[in-house]
Amino acid sequence: MATSSYGRLIKDGLWSNNQALVALLGLCPLLAVTNTAVNGLGLGIATLVVITLSNVTVSVIRNWVRPEVRLPVFVLVIASFVTAVELSMNAWFHELYKILGIFIPLIVTNCAIIGRAEAFASKNSLDRSLVDGLAMGIGFTLALTVLGALREMLGMGTLFSQADLMFGEIASGLTLSLGDEFKGMLLAILPPGAFIGLGFMIALKNIIDKRLTQPRKAETVTAARPEPAAG
Amino acid sequence: MRFVSITSPHSERPNSVTMTMLWVIIALAPGGVAMTWYFGWGIVIHMLLASAAAVIAEALVMKLRGRPVMPAVSDLSAAVTALLLAIALPPLLPWWLTVLGTVFAIVVAKHLYGGLGYNPFNPAMIGYVLLLVSYPVEMTAWLPPIMLNQHPLDFAQTLTAIFGGGLPAGLQWDALTMATPLDEMRNQLNQNRMISEIRQSTLWGDFGGRGWEWVGNWYLLGGLILLYKRVISWHIPVSMLGAVLVMAMLFHFLDQESHPFGLFHIFSGGTLLGAFFIATDPVSAATTKKGQLIYGACIGFITYIIRHWGGYPDAVAFAVLLMNMAAPTIDYYTQPRVFGQRSTGDD
Repeated sequence: MATSSYGRLIKDGLWSNNQALVALLGLCPLLAVTNTAVNGLGLGIATLVVITLSNVTVSVIRNWVRPEVRLPVFVLVIASFVTAVELSMNAWFHELYKILGIFIPLIVTNCAIIGRAEAFASKNSLDRSLVDGLAMGIGFTLALTVLGALREMLGMGTLFSQADLMFGEIASGLTLSLGDEFKGMLLAILPPGAFIGLGFMIALKNIIDKRLTQPRKAETVTAARPEPAAG
Repeated sequence: MRFVSITSPHSERPNSVTMTMLWVIIALAPGGVAMTWYFGWGIVIHMLLASAAAVIAEALVMKLRGRPVMPAVSDLSAAVTALLLAIALPPLLPWWLTVLGTVFAIVVAKHLYGGLGYNPFNPAMIGYVLLLVSYPVEMTAWLPPIMLNQHPLDFAQTLTAIFGGGLPAGLQWDALTMATPLDEMRNQLNQNRMISEIRQSTLWGDFGGRGWEWVGNWYLLGGLILLYKRVISWHIPVSMLGAVLVMAMLFHFLDQESHPFGLFHIFSGGTLLGAFFIATDPVSAATTKKGQLIYGACIGFITYIIRHWGGYPDAVAFAVLLMNMAAPTIDYYTQPRVFGQRSTGDD
Protein backbone atom coordinates (compact mmCIF):
# COMPACT_ATOMS: atom_id res chain seq x y z
CA MET A 1 0.00 0.00 0.00
CA ALA A 2 2.83 2.35 0.77
CA THR A 3 3.77 2.75 -2.87
CA SER A 4 0.31 3.38 -4.25
CA SER A 5 -0.46 6.86 -5.45
CA TYR A 6 -3.40 9.14 -4.85
CA GLY A 7 -4.90 7.91 -8.10
CA ARG A 8 -5.11 4.43 -6.71
CA LEU A 9 -6.79 5.69 -3.54
CA ILE A 10 -9.35 7.59 -5.55
CA LYS A 11 -10.05 4.62 -7.81
CA ASP A 12 -10.45 2.37 -4.77
CA GLY A 13 -12.86 4.72 -3.09
CA LEU A 14 -15.00 5.44 -6.11
CA TRP A 15 -15.06 2.04 -7.71
CA SER A 16 -13.00 -1.00 -6.87
CA ASN A 17 -13.46 -0.81 -3.09
CA ASN A 18 -16.66 1.23 -3.03
CA GLN A 19 -17.92 1.04 0.54
CA ALA A 20 -21.52 0.50 -0.51
CA LEU A 21 -21.16 -1.72 -3.57
CA VAL A 22 -18.11 -3.82 -2.77
CA ALA A 23 -17.51 -3.73 0.98
CA LEU A 24 -21.29 -3.63 1.61
CA LEU A 25 -20.72 -1.43 4.64
CA GLY A 26 -23.17 1.11 5.97
CA LEU A 27 -26.15 -0.76 4.58
CA CYS A 28 -28.55 0.49 7.25
CA PRO A 29 -28.58 4.15 6.14
CA LEU A 30 -28.05 3.07 2.55
CA LEU A 31 -31.23 1.03 2.51
CA ALA A 32 -33.29 3.23 4.80
CA VAL A 33 -33.00 6.72 3.34
CA THR A 34 -32.51 6.17 -0.37
CA ASN A 35 -36.16 6.52 -1.31
CA THR A 36 -35.41 9.75 -3.18
CA ALA A 37 -32.29 11.03 -4.85
CA VAL A 38 -32.20 14.13 -2.67
CA ASN A 39 -32.45 12.13 0.56
CA GLY A 40 -29.65 9.87 -0.64
CA LEU A 41 -27.51 12.86 -1.62
CA GLY A 42 -28.18 14.60 1.70
CA LEU A 43 -27.17 11.64 3.82
CA GLY A 44 -24.28 10.93 1.46
CA ILE A 45 -22.85 14.41 1.88
CA ALA A 46 -23.25 14.24 5.66
CA THR A 47 -21.39 10.93 5.63
CA LEU A 48 -18.75 12.36 3.30
CA VAL A 49 -18.05 15.23 5.69
CA VAL A 50 -17.85 12.93 8.69
CA ILE A 51 -15.64 10.31 7.05
CA THR A 52 -13.22 12.94 5.73
CA LEU A 53 -12.89 14.78 9.04
CA SER A 54 -12.63 11.58 11.08
CA ASN A 55 -9.99 10.14 8.72
CA VAL A 56 -7.93 13.31 9.05
CA THR A 57 -8.25 13.46 12.82
CA VAL A 58 -7.52 9.78 13.35
CA SER A 59 -4.48 10.06 11.11
CA VAL A 60 -3.17 13.04 13.09
CA ILE A 61 -3.57 11.37 16.46
CA ARG A 62 -2.56 7.90 15.31
CA ASN A 63 0.83 7.99 17.01
CA TRP A 64 -0.55 9.04 20.41
CA VAL A 65 -3.43 6.62 20.71
CA ARG A 66 -2.52 3.35 22.38
CA PRO A 67 -3.78 0.29 20.43
CA GLU A 68 -5.74 -0.93 23.47
CA VAL A 69 -8.06 2.05 23.47
CA ARG A 70 -8.05 2.93 19.79
CA LEU A 71 -11.63 1.87 19.01
CA PRO A 72 -13.31 3.95 21.77
CA VAL A 73 -11.17 6.91 20.70
CA PHE A 74 -12.20 6.48 17.07
CA VAL A 75 -15.85 6.26 18.03
CA LEU A 76 -15.49 9.38 20.16
CA VAL A 77 -13.90 11.27 17.27
CA ILE A 78 -16.60 10.13 14.85
CA ALA A 79 -19.38 10.92 17.31
CA SER A 80 -18.08 14.46 17.80
CA PHE A 81 -18.10 15.13 14.07
CA VAL A 82 -21.51 13.56 13.66
CA THR A 83 -22.88 15.80 16.40
CA ALA A 84 -21.39 18.82 14.67
CA VAL A 85 -22.86 17.80 11.32
CA GLU A 86 -26.21 17.06 12.91
CA LEU A 87 -26.40 20.47 14.58
CA SER A 88 -25.33 22.22 11.37
CA MET A 89 -27.94 20.41 9.33
CA ASN A 90 -30.57 21.23 11.90
CA ALA A 91 -29.60 24.88 11.58
CA TRP A 92 -29.27 25.25 7.82
CA PHE A 93 -31.19 22.37 6.23
CA HIS A 94 -33.93 21.94 8.77
CA GLU A 95 -36.49 20.34 6.43
CA LEU A 96 -34.01 17.81 5.11
CA TYR A 97 -32.86 17.19 8.67
CA LYS A 98 -36.41 16.34 9.66
CA ILE A 99 -36.77 13.88 6.76
CA LEU A 100 -33.49 12.08 7.43
CA GLY A 101 -34.29 12.06 11.14
CA ILE A 102 -32.64 9.32 13.14
CA PHE A 103 -30.30 8.36 10.31
CA ILE A 104 -28.06 11.39 10.85
CA PRO A 105 -27.10 10.49 14.44
CA LEU A 106 -26.81 6.90 13.22
CA ILE A 107 -23.90 7.89 10.98
CA VAL A 108 -21.85 7.23 14.13
CA THR A 109 -22.58 3.55 13.76
CA ASN A 110 -21.84 3.48 10.04
CA CYS A 111 -19.28 0.69 9.67
CA ALA A 112 -17.77 2.32 6.62
CA ILE A 113 -16.48 5.24 8.69
CA ILE A 114 -14.96 3.30 11.57
CA GLY A 115 -13.75 0.78 9.01
CA ARG A 116 -11.73 3.44 7.18
CA ALA A 117 -10.46 4.87 10.47
CA GLU A 118 -9.29 1.47 11.64
CA ALA A 119 -8.08 0.02 8.37
CA PHE A 120 -6.60 3.07 6.73
CA ALA A 121 -6.33 6.33 8.65
CA SER A 122 -4.71 4.81 11.73
CA LYS A 123 -1.87 3.49 9.59
CA ASN A 124 -1.40 6.22 6.99
CA SER A 125 -0.18 9.78 6.77
CA LEU A 126 -2.43 12.81 6.93
CA ASP A 127 -2.54 13.60 3.21
CA ARG A 128 -3.28 10.05 2.18
CA SER A 129 -5.99 9.71 4.83
CA LEU A 130 -7.58 12.91 3.59
CA VAL A 131 -7.68 11.64 0.00
CA ASP A 132 -8.95 8.26 1.14
CA GLY A 133 -11.72 9.82 3.22
CA LEU A 134 -12.81 12.06 0.36
CA ALA A 135 -12.75 9.22 -2.18
CA MET A 136 -14.59 6.75 0.05
CA GLY A 137 -17.14 9.39 1.01
CA ILE A 138 -17.77 10.42 -2.58
CA GLY A 139 -18.07 6.78 -3.62
CA PHE A 140 -20.62 6.16 -0.88
CA THR A 141 -22.50 9.35 -1.79
CA LEU A 142 -22.64 8.34 -5.44
CA ALA A 143 -24.01 4.91 -4.61
CA LEU A 144 -26.61 6.45 -2.30
CA THR A 145 -27.67 9.03 -4.87
CA VAL A 146 -27.88 6.59 -7.76
CA LEU A 147 -29.91 4.10 -5.71
CA GLY A 148 -32.12 6.95 -4.50
CA ALA A 149 -32.63 8.20 -8.04
CA LEU A 150 -33.52 4.71 -9.31
CA ARG A 151 -36.01 4.11 -6.53
CA GLU A 152 -37.51 7.57 -6.89
CA MET A 153 -37.98 7.18 -10.64
CA LEU A 154 -39.50 3.72 -10.37
CA GLY A 155 -41.57 4.45 -7.33
CA MET A 156 -42.84 7.97 -7.86
CA GLY A 157 -41.95 8.83 -11.43
CA THR A 158 -39.97 11.90 -10.42
CA LEU A 159 -36.32 12.79 -10.06
CA PHE A 160 -34.81 15.28 -7.62
CA SER A 161 -38.15 16.08 -6.06
CA GLN A 162 -37.77 18.33 -3.02
CA ALA A 163 -34.39 19.48 -4.31
CA ASP A 164 -35.24 22.88 -2.83
CA LEU A 165 -34.77 21.41 0.65
CA MET A 166 -31.11 21.14 -0.10
CA PHE A 167 -30.22 23.80 -2.61
CA GLY A 168 -32.79 26.45 -1.73
CA GLU A 169 -35.74 27.78 -3.66
CA ILE A 170 -33.72 28.17 -6.85
CA ALA A 171 -33.50 24.39 -7.24
CA SER A 172 -37.21 23.68 -7.10
CA GLY A 173 -37.23 23.79 -10.91
CA LEU A 174 -34.75 20.94 -10.92
CA THR A 175 -37.44 18.37 -10.30
CA LEU A 176 -38.01 16.16 -13.30
CA SER A 177 -41.20 14.24 -13.76
CA LEU A 178 -41.96 11.28 -15.97
CA GLY A 179 -45.46 12.63 -16.43
CA ASP A 180 -48.65 12.38 -14.44
CA GLU A 181 -49.68 9.26 -16.31
CA PHE A 182 -46.80 7.30 -14.82
CA LYS A 183 -48.00 4.98 -12.12
CA GLY A 184 -45.31 4.50 -9.53
CA MET A 185 -44.28 1.05 -8.42
CA LEU A 186 -44.81 1.34 -4.69
CA LEU A 187 -42.51 -1.58 -3.99
CA ALA A 188 -39.50 0.44 -5.13
CA ILE A 189 -40.07 2.98 -2.34
CA LEU A 190 -40.66 0.29 0.29
CA PRO A 191 -37.70 -1.45 1.99
CA PRO A 192 -37.65 -4.46 -0.38
CA GLY A 193 -37.09 -2.05 -3.27
CA ALA A 194 -33.85 -0.93 -1.64
CA PHE A 195 -32.56 -4.48 -1.33
CA ILE A 196 -33.56 -5.41 -4.87
CA GLY A 197 -32.18 -2.16 -6.28
CA LEU A 198 -28.87 -2.53 -4.44
CA GLY A 199 -28.65 -6.11 -5.67
CA PHE A 200 -29.06 -4.97 -9.26
CA MET A 201 -26.47 -2.21 -8.80
CA ILE A 202 -23.93 -4.69 -7.43
CA ALA A 203 -24.69 -7.07 -10.29
CA LEU A 204 -24.23 -4.27 -12.81
CA LYS A 205 -20.90 -3.32 -11.25
CA ASN A 206 -19.72 -6.91 -11.37
CA ILE A 207 -20.74 -7.21 -15.02
CA ILE A 208 -18.83 -4.04 -15.90
CA ASP A 209 -15.78 -5.29 -14.00
CA LYS A 210 -15.97 -8.61 -15.80
CA ARG A 211 -16.24 -6.93 -19.18
CA LEU A 212 -13.29 -4.69 -18.35
CA THR A 213 -11.03 -7.52 -17.24
CA GLN A 214 -11.98 -10.02 -19.92
CA PRO A 215 -9.77 -8.68 -22.74
CA ARG A 216 -6.80 -8.79 -20.36
CA LYS A 217 -7.60 -12.18 -18.96
CA ALA A 218 -4.10 -13.47 -19.65
CA GLU A 219 -2.58 -10.92 -17.33
CA THR A 220 -2.51 -11.73 -13.67
CA VAL A 221 -5.32 -10.11 -11.83
CA THR A 222 -3.67 -7.74 -9.40
CA ALA A 223 -6.66 -5.69 -8.41
CA ALA A 224 -6.78 -4.81 -4.76
CA ARG A 225 -8.80 -7.28 -2.81
CA PRO A 226 -11.80 -5.76 -1.11
CA GLU A 227 -11.89 -6.00 2.63
CA PRO A 228 -14.44 -8.43 3.97
CA ALA A 229 -17.73 -6.97 5.03
CA ALA A 230 -17.76 -6.39 8.75
CA GLY A 231 -21.21 -5.21 9.60
CA MET B 1 -33.24 -67.92 -33.49
CA ARG B 2 -31.79 -65.02 -31.53
CA PHE B 3 -33.58 -62.92 -29.02
CA VAL B 4 -32.47 -59.39 -28.52
CA SER B 5 -31.86 -58.80 -24.84
CA ILE B 6 -32.61 -55.29 -23.74
CA THR B 7 -31.62 -53.82 -20.45
CA SER B 8 -34.04 -51.90 -18.28
CA PRO B 9 -35.84 -49.51 -18.25
CA HIS B 10 -38.15 -51.38 -20.56
CA SER B 11 -40.74 -48.71 -20.96
CA GLU B 12 -39.77 -45.11 -21.16
CA ARG B 13 -41.77 -42.12 -20.14
CA PRO B 14 -41.40 -38.72 -21.66
CA ASN B 15 -39.52 -36.04 -19.78
CA SER B 16 -41.08 -36.00 -16.36
CA VAL B 17 -40.85 -32.24 -15.81
CA THR B 18 -42.84 -31.62 -18.97
CA MET B 19 -45.40 -34.27 -18.03
CA THR B 20 -45.80 -32.84 -14.53
CA MET B 21 -46.27 -29.34 -15.88
CA LEU B 22 -48.71 -30.60 -18.50
CA TRP B 23 -50.83 -32.25 -15.83
CA VAL B 24 -50.82 -29.07 -13.78
CA ILE B 25 -52.09 -27.17 -16.81
CA ILE B 26 -54.78 -29.80 -17.45
CA ALA B 27 -55.83 -29.70 -13.81
CA LEU B 28 -56.05 -25.91 -13.92
CA ALA B 29 -58.48 -26.12 -16.83
CA PRO B 30 -61.72 -26.66 -14.82
CA GLY B 31 -60.93 -23.73 -12.55
CA GLY B 32 -59.89 -21.60 -15.50
CA VAL B 33 -63.08 -22.34 -17.40
CA ALA B 34 -65.14 -21.60 -14.30
CA MET B 35 -63.32 -18.30 -13.79
CA THR B 36 -64.02 -17.38 -17.41
CA TRP B 37 -67.69 -18.30 -17.00
CA TYR B 38 -68.12 -16.18 -13.88
CA PHE B 39 -65.77 -13.27 -14.56
CA GLY B 40 -65.62 -12.96 -18.32
CA TRP B 41 -62.96 -13.05 -20.99
CA GLY B 42 -60.40 -11.09 -18.99
CA ILE B 43 -59.01 -14.25 -17.40
CA VAL B 44 -58.34 -15.86 -20.80
CA ILE B 45 -56.71 -12.72 -22.15
CA HIS B 46 -54.45 -12.49 -19.11
CA MET B 47 -53.55 -16.17 -19.39
CA LEU B 48 -52.48 -15.77 -23.01
CA LEU B 49 -50.69 -12.52 -22.32
CA ALA B 50 -48.84 -13.89 -19.29
CA SER B 51 -47.87 -17.10 -21.08
CA ALA B 52 -46.44 -15.19 -24.02
CA ALA B 53 -44.54 -12.83 -21.70
CA ALA B 54 -43.24 -15.73 -19.62
CA VAL B 55 -42.00 -17.75 -22.59
CA ILE B 56 -40.30 -14.72 -24.15
CA ALA B 57 -38.70 -13.74 -20.82
CA GLU B 58 -37.57 -17.33 -20.22
CA ALA B 59 -36.01 -17.56 -23.67
CA LEU B 60 -34.22 -14.23 -23.30
CA VAL B 61 -32.84 -15.08 -19.87
CA MET B 62 -31.61 -18.49 -20.99
CA LYS B 63 -29.89 -16.84 -23.95
CA LEU B 64 -28.35 -14.26 -21.62
CA ARG B 65 -27.14 -17.02 -19.31
CA GLY B 66 -25.60 -18.88 -22.24
CA ARG B 67 -27.79 -21.93 -21.74
CA PRO B 68 -29.78 -23.88 -24.34
CA VAL B 69 -33.10 -22.12 -24.88
CA MET B 70 -35.37 -24.82 -26.23
CA PRO B 71 -35.34 -27.33 -23.34
CA ALA B 72 -36.17 -24.59 -20.85
CA VAL B 73 -39.01 -23.18 -22.90
CA SER B 74 -40.50 -26.51 -23.87
CA ASP B 75 -40.65 -27.92 -20.32
CA LEU B 76 -43.75 -25.72 -19.80
CA SER B 77 -42.62 -24.55 -16.35
CA ALA B 78 -42.69 -20.91 -17.46
CA ALA B 79 -46.20 -21.41 -18.82
CA VAL B 80 -47.38 -22.89 -15.52
CA THR B 81 -45.94 -19.94 -13.60
CA ALA B 82 -47.69 -17.58 -16.00
CA LEU B 83 -51.03 -19.38 -15.75
CA LEU B 84 -50.95 -19.52 -11.96
CA LEU B 85 -50.19 -15.81 -11.85
CA ALA B 86 -52.80 -14.90 -14.47
CA ILE B 87 -55.55 -16.81 -12.70
CA ALA B 88 -54.94 -14.75 -9.55
CA LEU B 89 -55.18 -11.40 -11.35
CA PRO B 90 -58.31 -9.25 -11.55
CA PRO B 91 -59.97 -9.67 -14.97
CA LEU B 92 -59.61 -6.07 -16.11
CA LEU B 93 -56.05 -5.45 -14.91
CA PRO B 94 -54.10 -3.24 -17.36
CA TRP B 95 -51.98 -5.39 -19.66
CA TRP B 96 -48.62 -3.94 -18.65
CA LEU B 97 -49.13 -5.01 -15.04
CA THR B 98 -49.62 -8.62 -16.13
CA VAL B 99 -46.46 -8.41 -18.21
CA LEU B 100 -44.54 -6.72 -15.39
CA GLY B 101 -45.57 -9.34 -12.84
CA THR B 102 -44.79 -12.24 -15.17
CA VAL B 103 -41.40 -10.91 -16.23
CA PHE B 104 -40.47 -10.20 -12.61
CA ALA B 105 -41.56 -13.71 -11.64
CA ILE B 106 -39.53 -15.38 -14.38
CA VAL B 107 -36.44 -13.17 -14.40
CA VAL B 108 -35.99 -12.21 -10.75
CA ALA B 109 -37.77 -14.90 -8.74
CA LYS B 110 -36.78 -17.82 -10.95
CA HIS B 111 -33.66 -17.20 -12.97
CA LEU B 112 -31.68 -14.88 -10.71
CA TYR B 113 -31.81 -17.68 -8.16
CA GLY B 114 -30.58 -20.25 -10.66
CA GLY B 115 -33.58 -21.27 -12.73
CA LEU B 116 -36.02 -24.15 -12.45
CA GLY B 117 -35.28 -26.27 -9.42
CA TYR B 118 -33.23 -23.66 -7.59
CA ASN B 119 -35.77 -20.93 -6.82
CA PRO B 120 -36.43 -20.70 -3.09
CA PHE B 121 -39.69 -18.81 -3.63
CA ASN B 122 -42.70 -19.65 -5.73
CA PRO B 123 -42.21 -17.40 -8.80
CA ALA B 124 -45.92 -16.92 -9.52
CA MET B 125 -46.54 -15.72 -5.97
CA ILE B 126 -43.56 -13.36 -6.10
CA GLY B 127 -45.05 -11.82 -9.23
CA TYR B 128 -48.46 -11.59 -7.58
CA VAL B 129 -47.14 -10.04 -4.37
CA LEU B 130 -45.03 -7.54 -6.35
CA LEU B 131 -48.18 -6.37 -8.12
CA LEU B 132 -50.34 -6.44 -4.99
CA VAL B 133 -47.86 -4.41 -2.94
CA SER B 134 -47.02 -1.98 -5.73
CA TYR B 135 -50.44 -1.42 -7.30
CA PRO B 136 -53.06 -2.04 -4.62
CA VAL B 137 -55.79 -0.08 -6.39
CA GLU B 138 -55.59 -1.95 -9.69
CA MET B 139 -55.07 -5.30 -8.00
CA THR B 140 -58.24 -5.08 -5.93
CA ALA B 141 -60.54 -3.99 -8.77
CA TRP B 142 -62.37 -7.31 -9.14
CA LEU B 143 -65.48 -7.77 -11.23
CA PRO B 144 -68.59 -9.19 -9.62
CA PRO B 145 -69.49 -12.73 -10.71
CA ILE B 146 -71.78 -13.00 -13.73
CA MET B 147 -75.11 -13.29 -11.89
CA LEU B 148 -74.48 -10.12 -9.91
CA ASN B 149 -72.89 -8.20 -12.76
CA GLN B 150 -75.12 -5.42 -14.06
CA HIS B 151 -72.91 -4.65 -17.03
CA PRO B 152 -71.19 -7.77 -18.34
CA LEU B 153 -68.51 -6.86 -20.88
CA ASP B 154 -68.15 -8.79 -24.12
CA PHE B 155 -64.82 -9.94 -25.51
CA ALA B 156 -64.03 -6.78 -27.47
CA GLN B 157 -64.93 -4.49 -24.58
CA THR B 158 -62.76 -6.53 -22.20
CA LEU B 159 -59.89 -6.35 -24.65
CA THR B 160 -60.24 -2.57 -24.92
CA ALA B 161 -60.35 -2.17 -21.15
CA ILE B 162 -57.23 -4.28 -20.61
CA PHE B 163 -55.19 -2.65 -23.34
CA GLY B 164 -55.85 0.87 -22.14
CA GLY B 165 -58.75 1.83 -24.36
CA GLY B 166 -60.92 2.60 -21.36
CA LEU B 167 -64.39 1.40 -20.53
CA PRO B 168 -67.46 1.45 -22.79
CA ALA B 169 -69.28 4.78 -22.79
CA GLY B 170 -71.35 5.49 -19.71
CA LEU B 171 -69.57 3.04 -17.45
CA GLN B 172 -67.40 3.98 -14.50
CA TRP B 173 -64.85 1.78 -12.78
CA ASP B 174 -66.75 2.12 -9.51
CA ALA B 175 -69.94 0.86 -11.11
CA LEU B 176 -68.18 -2.10 -12.65
CA THR B 177 -65.98 -3.43 -9.89
CA MET B 178 -66.88 -4.98 -6.59
CA ALA B 179 -65.07 -6.03 -3.44
CA THR B 180 -64.14 -9.69 -3.21
CA PRO B 181 -66.10 -11.72 -0.65
CA LEU B 182 -63.17 -11.71 1.78
CA ASP B 183 -62.81 -7.95 1.44
CA GLU B 184 -66.55 -7.39 1.78
CA MET B 185 -66.81 -9.58 4.88
CA ARG B 186 -63.85 -7.83 6.44
CA ASN B 187 -65.20 -4.34 5.79
CA GLN B 188 -68.62 -5.22 7.12
CA LEU B 189 -67.17 -6.82 10.23
CA ASN B 190 -65.01 -3.76 10.78
CA GLN B 191 -68.21 -1.73 10.84
CA ASN B 192 -69.33 -3.91 13.75
CA ARG B 193 -72.09 -5.62 11.83
CA MET B 194 -73.07 -9.15 12.73
CA ILE B 195 -72.57 -12.06 10.40
CA SER B 196 -76.23 -13.07 10.31
CA GLU B 197 -76.97 -9.48 9.27
CA ILE B 198 -74.16 -9.34 6.69
CA ARG B 199 -75.23 -12.57 5.06
CA GLN B 200 -78.72 -11.25 4.31
CA SER B 201 -77.26 -9.66 1.19
CA THR B 202 -77.57 -11.44 -2.16
CA LEU B 203 -73.79 -11.45 -2.46
CA TRP B 204 -73.49 -14.62 -0.46
CA GLY B 205 -73.90 -18.23 -1.44
CA ASP B 206 -73.83 -21.30 0.75
CA PHE B 207 -70.37 -20.81 2.20
CA GLY B 208 -68.52 -17.97 0.48
CA GLY B 209 -69.49 -15.36 -2.06
CA ARG B 210 -71.92 -16.38 -4.80
CA GLY B 211 -70.02 -17.58 -7.84
CA TRP B 212 -66.69 -17.42 -6.04
CA GLU B 213 -67.35 -20.57 -4.05
CA TRP B 214 -68.06 -22.48 -7.26
CA VAL B 215 -64.71 -21.47 -8.68
CA GLY B 216 -63.27 -22.98 -5.52
CA ASN B 217 -65.08 -26.24 -6.25
CA TRP B 218 -63.54 -26.46 -9.69
CA TYR B 219 -60.08 -25.88 -8.29
CA LEU B 220 -60.81 -28.69 -5.86
CA LEU B 221 -61.65 -30.93 -8.82
CA GLY B 222 -58.36 -29.95 -10.49
CA GLY B 223 -56.56 -30.73 -7.26
CA LEU B 224 -58.13 -34.17 -7.14
CA ILE B 225 -56.91 -34.81 -10.69
CA LEU B 226 -53.39 -33.92 -9.56
CA LEU B 227 -53.71 -36.21 -6.56
CA TYR B 228 -55.02 -39.05 -8.72
CA LYS B 229 -52.16 -38.64 -11.20
CA ARG B 230 -49.75 -38.48 -8.24
CA VAL B 231 -48.38 -35.15 -9.38
CA ILE B 232 -48.82 -33.96 -5.81
CA SER B 233 -49.20 -35.85 -2.55
CA TRP B 234 -52.05 -35.29 -0.11
CA HIS B 235 -49.88 -33.98 2.72
CA ILE B 236 -49.69 -30.28 1.91
CA PRO B 237 -53.28 -29.67 0.75
CA VAL B 238 -54.81 -31.64 3.61
CA SER B 239 -52.70 -30.05 6.32
CA MET B 240 -53.16 -26.56 4.88
CA LEU B 241 -56.92 -26.81 4.49
CA GLY B 242 -57.12 -28.54 7.86
CA ALA B 243 -55.23 -25.75 9.57
CA VAL B 244 -57.44 -23.05 8.00
CA LEU B 245 -60.52 -25.01 9.02
CA VAL B 246 -59.35 -25.62 12.58
CA MET B 247 -58.47 -21.99 13.14
CA ALA B 248 -61.65 -20.69 11.54
CA MET B 249 -63.94 -23.13 13.36
CA LEU B 250 -62.25 -22.45 16.67
CA PHE B 251 -62.93 -18.72 16.41
CA HIS B 252 -66.34 -19.33 14.89
CA PHE B 253 -67.47 -21.31 17.91
CA LEU B 254 -65.98 -18.76 20.28
CA ASP B 255 -67.97 -15.95 18.71
CA GLN B 256 -70.33 -16.95 15.91
CA GLU B 257 -71.39 -13.45 15.00
CA SER B 258 -68.01 -11.98 14.28
CA HIS B 259 -66.19 -14.96 12.78
CA PRO B 260 -67.52 -16.55 9.60
CA PHE B 261 -68.13 -20.31 9.44
CA GLY B 262 -65.01 -22.35 8.73
CA LEU B 263 -65.96 -23.29 5.18
CA PHE B 264 -66.23 -19.61 4.30
CA HIS B 265 -62.46 -19.39 4.56
CA ILE B 266 -61.99 -22.56 2.52
CA PHE B 267 -64.21 -21.40 -0.34
CA SER B 268 -63.07 -17.78 -0.40
CA GLY B 269 -60.03 -16.12 -1.86
CA GLY B 270 -57.14 -18.27 -2.95
CA THR B 271 -57.38 -21.02 -0.34
CA LEU B 272 -58.25 -23.96 -2.61
CA LEU B 273 -56.12 -22.74 -5.51
CA GLY B 274 -53.26 -22.23 -3.08
CA ALA B 275 -53.65 -25.55 -1.32
CA PHE B 276 -53.54 -27.69 -4.45
CA PHE B 277 -51.60 -25.68 -7.01
CA ILE B 278 -49.36 -23.17 -5.25
CA ALA B 279 -48.28 -24.56 -1.89
CA THR B 280 -47.49 -27.89 -3.56
CA ASP B 281 -44.87 -26.42 -5.89
CA PRO B 282 -42.26 -29.20 -5.81
CA VAL B 283 -39.34 -26.77 -5.92
CA SER B 284 -40.12 -24.33 -3.15
CA ALA B 285 -42.14 -26.55 -0.78
CA ALA B 286 -40.84 -28.87 1.92
CA THR B 287 -39.94 -32.30 0.54
CA THR B 288 -40.15 -34.78 3.40
CA LYS B 289 -43.59 -36.17 4.25
CA LYS B 290 -43.53 -35.03 7.85
CA GLY B 291 -42.09 -31.71 6.72
CA GLN B 292 -44.91 -31.26 4.22
CA LEU B 293 -47.48 -31.69 6.97
CA ILE B 294 -45.79 -28.99 9.06
CA TYR B 295 -45.29 -26.75 6.02
CA GLY B 296 -48.92 -27.00 4.90
CA ALA B 297 -50.29 -26.50 8.39
CA CYS B 298 -48.17 -23.39 8.93
CA ILE B 299 -49.40 -21.93 5.61
CA GLY B 300 -52.95 -22.52 6.80
CA PHE B 301 -52.33 -20.88 10.18
CA ILE B 302 -50.56 -17.87 8.68
CA THR B 303 -53.28 -17.45 6.07
CA TYR B 304 -55.95 -17.27 8.75
CA ILE B 305 -53.86 -15.02 10.98
CA ILE B 306 -53.19 -12.48 8.21
CA ARG B 307 -56.78 -12.62 6.97
CA HIS B 308 -58.09 -12.01 10.45
CA TRP B 309 -55.59 -9.61 12.00
CA GLY B 310 -53.40 -8.50 9.10
CA GLY B 311 -53.62 -5.67 6.63
CA TYR B 312 -54.68 -7.63 3.56
CA PRO B 313 -58.00 -9.41 2.97
CA ASP B 314 -56.35 -12.48 1.46
CA ALA B 315 -53.07 -13.93 2.53
CA VAL B 316 -52.38 -17.21 0.74
CA ALA B 317 -49.59 -15.65 -1.32
CA PHE B 318 -47.89 -14.13 1.70
CA ALA B 319 -48.27 -17.31 3.73
CA VAL B 320 -46.77 -19.42 0.95
CA LEU B 321 -43.82 -17.06 0.54
CA LEU B 322 -43.17 -16.93 4.29
CA MET B 323 -43.19 -20.70 4.52
CA ASN B 324 -41.00 -21.00 1.40
CA MET B 325 -38.37 -19.31 3.53
CA ALA B 326 -38.85 -21.89 6.26
CA ALA B 327 -38.93 -24.93 3.95
CA PRO B 328 -35.17 -25.72 4.02
CA THR B 329 -35.15 -25.60 7.82
CA ILE B 330 -38.23 -27.81 8.01
CA ASP B 331 -36.58 -30.30 5.68
CA TYR B 332 -33.44 -30.28 7.77
CA TYR B 333 -35.25 -31.20 10.97
CA THR B 334 -37.59 -33.78 9.42
CA GLN B 335 -35.13 -35.92 7.51
CA PRO B 336 -36.41 -39.48 7.59
CA ARG B 337 -34.14 -42.06 9.13
CA VAL B 338 -32.15 -44.10 6.65
CA PHE B 339 -33.88 -47.47 6.23
CA GLY B 340 -32.55 -50.02 8.69
CA GLN B 341 -31.00 -47.48 11.03
CA ARG B 342 -32.13 -47.37 14.60
CA SER B 343 -32.75 -44.10 16.26
CA THR B 344 -30.02 -43.19 18.65
CA GLY B 345 -31.62 -42.29 21.95
CA ASP B 346 -30.94 -38.57 21.64
CA ASP B 347 -32.81 -37.63 18.48
